[in-house]
Amino acid sequence: MVELAKTNPRVLALTADLESSLRLTGFKQEFPDRFFNLGVAEQNLVGVAVGLALEDFIPFCASFGVFLPGRCFDQIRVSVCQNKANVKLVGGHSGFSNSGDGASAQAVEDLGLMRGLPEMAILSPFDGEETGKLVELAAKQKGPVYLRISKSEVPLKVGKERDWRIGGSRVLQGGKDLTILSHGPILGEVLRSVGSSQLSASSLEVIDAYSIKPLDREAILKSAAKTGKVLVVEEHSIYGGLGSAVAELLSQEYPLPVKILAIPDVFGESARSRQELLEKFGLNTNNITKTIKKLVS
Amino acid sequence: MNNLQKLAQEVRRQIIEAIFLAGSGHPGGSLSSTDLLVGLYFGGVMSKEDKFVLSAGHLCPAWYAVLLQKSGENGKKEKNLRKLGSPFQGHPYKKFASFVETSTGSLGQGISVGLGIALGKKMEKKPGLVWVLSSDGEQEEGQVWEAAMFSAKLKLDNLCLIIDRNGMQIGGKTEEITQLDPLKDKYEAFGWRVLEINGHDLGQIINAYEMVKKYNDAPVVIIAKTIRGKGVAFMENQERYHAGTLTQEEYQKAIKELTC
Repeated sequence: MVELAKTNPRVLALTADLESSLRLTGFKQEFPDRFFNLGVAEQNLVGVAVGLALEDFIPFCASFGVFLPGRCFDQIRVSVCQNKANVKLVGGHSGFSNSGDGASAQAVEDLGLMRGLPEMAILSPFDGEETGKLVELAAKQKGPVYLRISKSEVPLKVGKERDWRIGGSRVLQGGKDLTILSHGPILGEVLRSVGSSQLSASSLEVIDAYSIKPLDREAILKSAAKTGKVLVVEEHSIYGGLGSAVAELLSQEYPLPVKILAIPDVFGESARSRQELLEKFGLNTNNITKTIKKLVS
Repeated sequence: MNNLQKLAQEVRRQIIEAIFLAGSGHPGGSLSSTDLLVGLYFGGVMSKEDKFVLSAGHLCPAWYAVLLQKSGENGKKEKNLRKLGSPFQGHPYKKFASFVETSTGSLGQGISVGLGIALGKKMEKKPGLVWVLSSDGEQEEGQVWEAAMFSAKLKLDNLCLIIDRNGMQIGGKTEEITQLDPLKDKYEAFGWRVLEINGHDLGQIINAYEMVKKYNDAPVVIIAKTIRGKGVAFMENQERYHAGTLTQEEYQKAIKELTC
């Protein structure tokens, strides 16, 4: 955000009292006149951002995913999307990345909410580097964007990508037997699972579907046609996320079975670590590996 | 009857015509807010840098009629209200009408957007005021008070909220549903300048708008006491006329009263 703001004077940062949690202090220090804390008032946050966008600013609004978009769906629907306003919504602590705070703080249904909105683009970055690229991409896009971020640690670094675009994806590993689609930090678990599956490197195709909406239809159809089997892994409800989007696409364009490993139809809960929740809901490395092996055999 | 009053009557006639032809709409609030809109657009108040937000989007038949009077296109176009593909959507929708600053229809949102525009203007030292027309029922939305707090904190003296205080909402009288009063004291406590006027007295309305320009330390709210359905005797203060269809008989009776 700071780098972006240095080159684009129209970029602003707005938050509903979550400056430090969302690491906006650096922005505030560097650009005090372009930073606004609107207090614990997410509905007003969204409306004010729309007004600023109508005055040709590029406001980035940040809060936790449960509040933004969770608490202000209607403001996003009418004020943002029905104006096609150039507002960027950043929802943090997605999935189980905030393990301790429990159900009310864990955004597991945010993609379902945002996918139903016309005009909205949805991006879900994997790691810090990708987040930077997607923030840049969001700023370039004329219109609403929802960026789904998380505070999960992602130790892995994956290859360089140059062609970032709304509606894009990137192939992290090519393969012929199974297409694995995922997004966000859970991709870390997916890559570890692929590594521990002891399958040959040419067996599994792993795609980072960072653009949830619009989906990279072409790349997904191409990969599915090649492998004939699709697995979606995501740290989101089984309803309304990438799994649903891929099932909607394939059932109409290239029917084939799609396995979705995601959070079942329940809210999260407190745990001492994200890992415990991933294990409880079958999103840990062991279970992903088991599922991959079963699908390939 | 002076020229502005005549114009207001003609706007009211257009509103009835448009809602009757559309088969649905909100006559009560459109008629109660007519004088406030006529005063704003024809009272020599607005400059070309000013922005207008219809936060109470359901009052749009009145706003559309005033805009058409202003552009001289009245007579035919109001008949397109709620037609498929028409710029005169049932609630203002920017996608269909470039004259719409911000899409509204879900109460409480236009005030925050108006605040954002006012803040954007301040940041760039741009001239002009932001006028937001709201209803009293809309004051029940929590977002209104989120916006009220933050605009006062920013001392946005380029923001003016106009409340059409007709005392009624869908379910009946506002005070029988929740406690809005003392509305003036509430806004004062929130750090706003408050003006209370008779929302059907065009002299008072225009004076209040001129007063807004003189304040330079806080946002201003004008609480305008009005009558729902004003101008059509059988509709005044009647619950039935918040929204709905007008029968042929109601339509003819209303038009007769507004053309004499």
